[in-house]
Formats: sequence, structure tokens, C-alpha cells
Amino acid sequence: MAKHETPLLDQLESGPWPSFVSDLKQEAAARAKNEKNIEYQVPVDVVEDLLGVLELSFKDGTTHWKHGGIVGVFGYGGGVIGRYCDQPETFPGVAHFHTMRVNQPAGKFYKTDFLKNLCDLWEFRGSGLTNMHGSTGDIVLLGTTTPQLEEIFYELTHKYNQDLGGSGSNLRTPADCIGQARCEYACYDTQDLCHTLTQEYQDELHRPAFPYKFKFKFDGCPNCCVASIARSDMSFIGTWKDDIRIDQDAVKGYVNGDFKPNAGAHAGRDWGAFDIQKEVIDLCPTECMKYEDGKLAINNKECTRCMHCINVMPRALRPGKETGCSILVGAKAPILDGAQMGSLLVPFVEVNKENDYEAIKEVIEAVWDWWMEEGKNRERLGELMKRQGFQKLLEATGIKPVPQHVQEPRHNPYIFWKEEEVEGGWDRDINEFRKHHKR
Amino acid sequence: MELEEAKEKIVEALNKKAKTKSKFYFNDLSKILELKPREAKKLISKLVEDEVLVYWSSGSTTMYGLKGAGKQAAAEHED
Repeated sequence: MAKHETPLLDQLESGPWPSFVSDLKQEAAARAKNEKNIEYQVPVDVVEDLLGVLELSFKDGTTHWKHGGIVGVFGYGGGVIGRYCDQPETFPGVAHFHTMRVNQPAGKFYKTDFLKNLCDLWEFRGSGLTNMHGSTGDIVLLGTTTPQLEEIFYELTHKYNQDLGGSGSNLRTPADCIGQARCEYACYDTQDLCHTLTQEYQDELHRPAFPYKFKFKFDGCPNCCVASIARSDMSFIGTWKDDIRIDQDAVKGYVNGDFKPNAGAHAGRDWGAFDIQKEVIDLCPTECMKYEDGKLAINNKECTRCMHCINVMPRALRPGKETGCSILVGAKAPILDGAQMGSLLVPFVEVNKENDYEAIKEVIEAVWDWWMEEGKNRERLGELMKRQGFQKLLEATGIKPVPQHVQEPRHNPYIFWKEEEVEGGWDRDINEFRKHHKR
Repeated sequence: MELEEAKEKIVEALNKKAKTKSKFYFNDLSKILELKPREAKKLISKLVEDEVLVYWSSGSTTMYGLKGAGKQAAAEHED
């Protein structure tokens, strides 16, 4: 018999999708039974009380969690989010229900024993409820009490070689795509860059001193599987400088129906014979491709790396060999001012392990210095860029304006030149001027 | 700036405002110290380590306060 009646939550289970309410009930029942004889360190009925407080919130139309808290592990300003219930007498199991964010391994590669150990730890010292993964990529452990925090942190760092992630006005846990480990499109080693920068910027990750949150995300190619362009303040997207590599025989193979387009990804239905003109050439956003006399040609100068042709014919087309990444800045979700996509700051930069990614770190640190000095409290980088202008960002980072920075021509007719940018400065010989211009 | 001087400045300024405010943004603290953010961060992190200051976090934003200041620590029996 459930501890609290939950008719409103029960209704949620009736839909066609797997329900988190069913998951919670399952965990509540497992804790009550305790078949493994675990010495639970947080109240055994924590999940029952969570269901109870959620039901009450549905009934009241308001939250029963207080706003934030002062808990954390020693020396860290992030990784733990204090959650306290405002009805602790009715729901003592969730009086403390803190969240812990654990930095996921790069590319989210796990061994099953790691996951099992993590779950065992969380059954023992937490509610047993997890969220795999939070939208920043972290492993999210939901619901524990203050005395457990240091214990969990010790076990995570000493036994499982795993650190807490970022929260608050910090560098958030950097996230990357699966990269060269499994994907032939990846133009650089996303996992190595993500891991290296995570290690390099430990102070920024754990000791908050930014105006607000700051996110890094790494995509190996412009398919953008982690959606860095939309979700991170600084997005690193793999790209190439030279031409798309074409295997003309394989192109013919696609045209003749020897290979399934999109590697068979849409093979669940009969779409008819593959039509290269209709399905590739005509869909190129810059119209830079043609297929004539059995030969595919690409005007690479016009290519904007949409990836469509490569995705449709992966056997025939491959990214170029001279690879690196583009850096985009300022994307964010719509808390203030609406959502924003990233703006291109560095069209191409070498991703060089040998020199410890020096060129990339230089850009990062210049951007941070500017934002830390000029950013208002709770102002994201994208908002500062909007407030002060892209030109200021270029000045702060020492990057020269290039045509790639312009989204479309003739958008804004005003250019404010500075004195040092104009030959001869503002001074003029008035007599010389008057020779040609009468009063 | 030496740590002791920073501590004095911060404690004095935060105590002065204690009646109306118990939590402060990082920027507020660096203004009190009259230092650039990166310089201020070194001292402020040390003050947290020495348990003069504590972090407060909503999950999205982090603020700083004097240890034990404000209502929250007592309300949640965390003091």
C-alpha cells in the first residue's frame, strides 16, 4: 500500500509512453522490500515522499521545493544543488533532497561495472533515483542528505576516479560527441579536446567566479550531434579547409542503386529509386553541386558544410583532409531575450594536440577575460555580445573581422570607424580642405 | 593585496549590508576589493577555503555570503 495517495500522478501512467511515475513506484517498492539488505543512509521512504510531494504540487499548482541552498563539498562551489522541501513534516523523506552532478566521461563511454557501481553507491547513500543524463551531459544523482555529500564525493573521486560536474556561475561540465572513436565524419578528436579542457579549467569548473553559467560543447563535424551551435556559449564544430573528397565510382553505385542512400537509415519504407538530382543536387542550400555525364562536381568555395550530400552518400563523399574546427560563441536558451544560436567567431582553427591546443585556449581565455570584466550579473556571453556588439568581442579577442563574420550583406549600413583605423587619423589641414570645399 | 586585508574589507562591507542582504554576487565582491575578477577570485577562493565565506547556489546562479549569515542556514539546520 502506497504511503501517499497519488491519483493525479497515477493518471500520468495511462499515456502511451513509459512513465517516470511508474519508475518512481518501482524504486519505492524495491526500497521497501530491500532484497539486497542495503543499509540505506537516507530515509527508506524517500521515493514515497517524493511521489507525495509531487502529487501535492500538482494539487496546489505550485512547487514545494525551496530555492537553492548552501550545501556543497569542501572547496567546490558547484556540483551539488541544495534542494529542501517546504513541507518537511509531511514528507520527512525529502526534507533534504540534494542533487549531485557527476562529470560524465568524454563521449559518455562507460563500462557496465562502472554504471553498476555508481547505481550501488546511489542506492546506499542516495535515493536510488538518477537522471541519465542531464541536458548539459552530466550523470545526475537525485536526492540525498547533507551528511552524505562528502562521503559520496570521497567514493566518487577515490574509488571510481570520477569528479563532480559544474553548476551555478561556473564553467559547466564540457560535453562532446562520440567523435573519432566511432564516427568517420569527425574532423578532430572531440574526446581528447573535451577531456583536456576539462582538466585544464578545473578552477573555472569548481570555483564559481563568472557572471553566470558558461558552456563548452564539442562536435566533431557540422552534423552537430550534441547541438553545440544551439546550446553552448562556446561551440567547437569540426570542419575542413580543402575539398570534399569524391569517389566517382561510389557515386555511380548510389545512382545505380548498389548502395542504399543515408546508409539505409530511411529504408523502412519504399521511397522508389534513388534520384541524385532530386535528393542531393536540388537540396544543396548553396546550389554548388551538379551531376552531369555520370560525374559529380562540387564548387567547394560555395559549400557551407551543411553535410547533406555527405550524409546521403557516405561511401562516395567524405570531408576534406585538412581538418580543424570552427568556434562559435553566444548560444543560449530563452531565459532572457529569447533563444540565440551561436555566432561564428573563428572560421577555422587548427586542433593541435601537439602544442596542447594553444590556439584554442588563447581564444577561450580572451573571451572569458572580456565577459568577466564586462558581463553583468546573470548575463550570458550571448547577451553581452548583443548589448556591446560583435565588434567589441573582436577587439577583446584580437580577431580581425573577416567576411565569414557577416551573416548577410547590407544588414546594417553603419560602420563606425575608429581614428586608428583611418589613414591619417581625424586631423586634416583645414587650408588644404578649403581649397576644394567652399564655406 | 594580502589575504588579511581582503578579509577585513570583505567582512566589513558585508556586515555593513547585513541588515538588508546576506548573499552577494561575485562581481559585488570584486568591486569591494577593487580588483580585476581574476585577481579577486584568488583571494575570494581562499576566503571560502578558510570558511569566512560560503557559497550559495540556486543551481543556476552562485552567490557568496558570510558563513552563518542570513536565515537559510538556520532554517535548514545546516549551521
